[in-house]
Amino acid sequence: MTIALPSETFDGPHQAACHGFLHSVESGAAVDGPGMRYVFFMAGCMFRCLYCHNPDTWKLHNGRRVEVGDILSEIDSLAGFLKFAGGVTFSGGEPLMQAPFVGAAARAIKARYGLHIALDTQGFLHGNVTDDWFDPIDLVMLDIKHADPAKYRALTAQPLQPTLECADRLVRLGKQMRIRYVLVPGWTDAPDEVARMADLVASYGPSVEQVEVLPFHQLGTSKWDKLGLEYKLRDTPTPSRDEADAAREVFRSRGLIVS
Amino acid sequence: MNVMTSADLRDPWVGFTDGAWRKSIDVRGFIQENYTPYEGDASFLAGPTERTEQIWQDLGFLLKQEREKGVLDVSADTPSSITAHDAGYIDKERELIVGLQTDAPLKRAIMPNGGLRMVENGLTSFGFTPDATVHEIWTKYRKSHNQGVFDVYSPDIVACRKSGVITGLPDAYGRGRIIGDYRRIALYGIDALQARKLEEKAELDDAVFDEHTLRLREELSEQYRALGELREMGLKYGVDMSRPAMTAREAIQFTYLGYLAAVKEQNGAAMSIGRVSSFLDVYIQRDMERGTLTESAAQELIDDMVIKLRLVRFLRTPEYDELFSGDPTWVTEAIGGMGLDGRTLVTKTSMRVLHTLYNLGPAPEPNLTVLWSAQLPRGFKDFCAKVSKDTSAIQYENDDLMRPKWGDDYGIACCVSAMAIGKQMQFFGARANLAKALLYAINGGVDEKSGKVVAPGFEPILDNVLDYDTVMARFDKTMDWLAKTYVKALNCIHYMHDKYAYERIEMALHDRDVLRTMACGIAGLSIAADSLSAIKHAKVKVIRNDAGLAVDYEIEGDYPAFGNNDDRVDEIAAWLTEVFMSKVKAQPVFYRNSMPTQSILTITSNVVYGKKTGCTPCGRRAGEPFAPGANPMNGRDKKGFVAAGASVAKLPYEHAQDGISWTASATPDSMGHTEDEQVRNLANCLDGFTQAGGFHVNVNMLSRETLMDAMDHPEKYPQLTVRVSGYAVNFVKLTREQQLDVIGRTFHAGM
Repeated sequence: MTIALPSETFDGPHQAACHGFLHSVESGAAVDGPGMRYVFFMAGCMFRCLYCHNPDTWKLHNGRRVEVGDILSEIDSLAGFLKFAGGVTFSGGEPLMQAPFVGAAARAIKARYGLHIALDTQGFLHGNVTDDWFDPIDLVMLDIKHADPAKYRALTAQPLQPTLECADRLVRLGKQMRIRYVLVPGWTDAPDEVARMADLVASYGPSVEQVEVLPFHQLGTSKWDKLGLEYKLRDTPTPSRDEADAAREVFRSRGLIVS
Repeated sequence: MNVMTSADLRDPWVGFTDGAWRKSIDVRGFIQENYTPYEGDASFLAGPTERTEQIWQDLGFLLKQEREKGVLDVSADTPSSITAHDAGYIDKERELIVGLQTDAPLKRAIMPNGGLRMVENGLTSFGFTPDATVHEIWTKYRKSHNQGVFDVYSPDIVACRKSGVITGLPDAYGRGRIIGDYRRIALYGIDALQARKLEEKAELDDAVFDEHTLRLREELSEQYRALGELREMGLKYGVDMSRPAMTAREAIQFTYLGYLAAVKEQNGAAMSIGRVSSFLDVYIQRDMERGTLTESAAQELIDDMVIKLRLVRFLRTPEYDELFSGDPTWVTEAIGGMGLDGRTLVTKTSMRVLHTLYNLGPAPEPNLTVLWSAQLPRGFKDFCAKVSKDTSAIQYENDDLMRPKWGDDYGIACCVSAMAIGKQMQFFGARANLAKALLYAINGGVDEKSGKVVAPGFEPILDNVLDYDTVMARFDKTMDWLAKTYVKALNCIHYMHDKYAYERIEMALHDRDVLRTMACGIAGLSIAADSLSAIKHAKVKVIRNDAGLAVDYEIEGDYPAFGNNDDRVDEIAAWLTEVFMSKVKAQPVFYRNSMPTQSILTITSNVVYGKKTGCTPCGRRAGEPFAPGANPMNGRDKKGFVAAGASVAKLPYEHAQDGISWTASATPDSMGHTEDEQVRNLANCLDGFTQAGGFHVNVNMLSRETLMDAMDHPEKYPQLTVRVSGYAVNFVKLTREQQLDVIGRTFHAGM
């Protein structure tokens, strides 16, 4: 197994709190946190996951420059609906790439509308934010790509350790977590790999409200092609329903709630 | 095991309350005083009986043959009427609810009163031979609606019709969209209904005998006669409808036979059945309390009624199918809703009717329409969402918007048109093409495709870059012209339809004095709004042909497009809705003092409107289909369906009281990880949409893979149903071109 390197250096975290870069939004998402979510896909990511299905979100400046007021006006007329039906999710890209801005936006949403706020992250950059940054966040959807450091690096081109530290920190802060694990045939689906991940997740105790085992899919292929990037998983199959269920069962056997 | 006493047999109303409904015709009053609201879940429902499964299986064979041939059979030598055909059966021994349009299942009738040419085209296109005697009668002795209309049309109307700036007019086919109160037959019996018609006529004996009175008196006589024919038709099946129904089975049978008489007499574009579920529930409840009906038997009766409704067919032409693809009949049944007194109108039979989609599998007809309110019981909401998820066969309409306007006993004619049942009818008016009208504003009334002058007396805009204020000023005048020509055409059509193809039995099941609406409509709303937005917010350059006609547009910069919850353009769409309605209302005369309304609905004719419209300033290419109904233009709603719904919900129902149609689609997987999540999320979305003032939504929950597979292997998916604009179709009955259009419109790249 070779170590995948980023095809170009990433832009580096964006430090401004007053503005950020938004790749796109999805108003009708239902699998990005509890209920119906208004998802802000923030631009920029320092990971280069082999199976990324949104490689168009990698570059920070591929996004549209927005201010906190723009984020609020996106959801203003839908806040009543989001209040009873779900909430808001910051995803990406990697939202922690723009932590000051995302933090400001999350605080403003919480203060004005009191909505449920979820953060969809790999946790890699959590060291750049203070504990109180997480105050408006109700749920962290933590993406752990692999439980083995070497394989993690092969998949993502980044080390695993910061993500593990992020999980420990969220446990300490008493934040609810949903762990997302993408099942990629040949990369993450070996029984020992799944078992090791399940043990890791179980070690976080009741902070983990749910585990989502997401079968790898090929829907992102055309985006790789469009960007002229080499897509190494082009021939990787999609796990069957039975294979996905078997992996889920491994997590369940640790007493975890799995979807 | 009939345990009814002889006293029960003498009084069909035994067990029902005393009330005003006994003294005058008042079905709503009867329901209100006797129905049992149901607030529970769906766990009581029963599966299909062996008998039901057998009949449905037998029909499956015929339905397969029909799919292969297009039309299974036609009764070509017998112009249809209520009594023209002998009794017909699927399986006489086993049917619980009887009655077919002709003497055999799926054998279509001809109805030349609408227009002989439609009949003959329909016959020849499906390989049948027109009948010589019928031809002679309708050319020598009898005039049709279609002939009448063309006798009075003016050249400007004909030009608009030809260019497609007004399209889909019911001038060659039955206008439909009238709902008889078929429940009256079950509740009162035909003797009482005839007696009331005689009274209604006698009340006019001393009126001034002007044209209005004379027409009404003639119509009342026809209504009386049609009721007699209905009695006679029932007797052919051994059913005596002279007196009220005594049992649930009779109530269902009488109601259905009333409806059957309507579809024997009229080939209407849409033939709704009304709002029968909770009415029938009163009878089912009474029989259950008597111990004469079990849940399984009740479901079996409903299943058998729905089987009959699924068999309604009309002979139509390929041109008609182009407008309304997939052979729709719009047997629309309105289900649920809330009462004016705050009780829900949901009953167990509301659930039983929806449950037919499981017992018999999904189907486009009857067009099951849930009247949604935030106040509906949770159990019913969840069941509807589950049925939608599993079948994609339901449409939803906002009861909280309609109830204050039309009361709590309205039905839905066709797709979205609300009307108080038995008290209101409409003159169906198809729609005017606002996107094309905008092009006429730019080209001074010259058609961008033919180069001919369609709207005379207008100057073209000669600017190379379109100026918003200039375009708006010209568009305003063009809409004045369009509304004037359009209403003239509708007055012609409905005058002649009343004269030559009057709906005798449907109107016999109405009060004498009804509210009539003149149901106008607009197509191309999102294109017109996007075009104006482009002109306002970006730079739109005109590209002209050799004759100087604007035939294409070049856009520099971005513009906000309708469907992204962006007020900068959503307000333009709302304004267009309001302003065109005001121009319609400004017309001096509406036939029979009808009340003008409009819809934002295209059915599947969005494809035809697109074909007839050149390039538009929003960047749409010539010939490209319009978005259906009030939908955002395909691919321009970039923020997902909640934002799209929020845009559509801003369109003012106040100015589109004939309804505003939106079609939304998602894959089941995208709506949640588990079935419970999917159901809850969908129900919450429906609550959110209706609370935002959204009027109508078709919900499709399908995967792209399923549809693609169905295109290649239609035999595997005989019942696959998709909702298009205002109705549902058997996906495999569409042409490949239409299937691709549905897939393209249904699934966005991101889904």
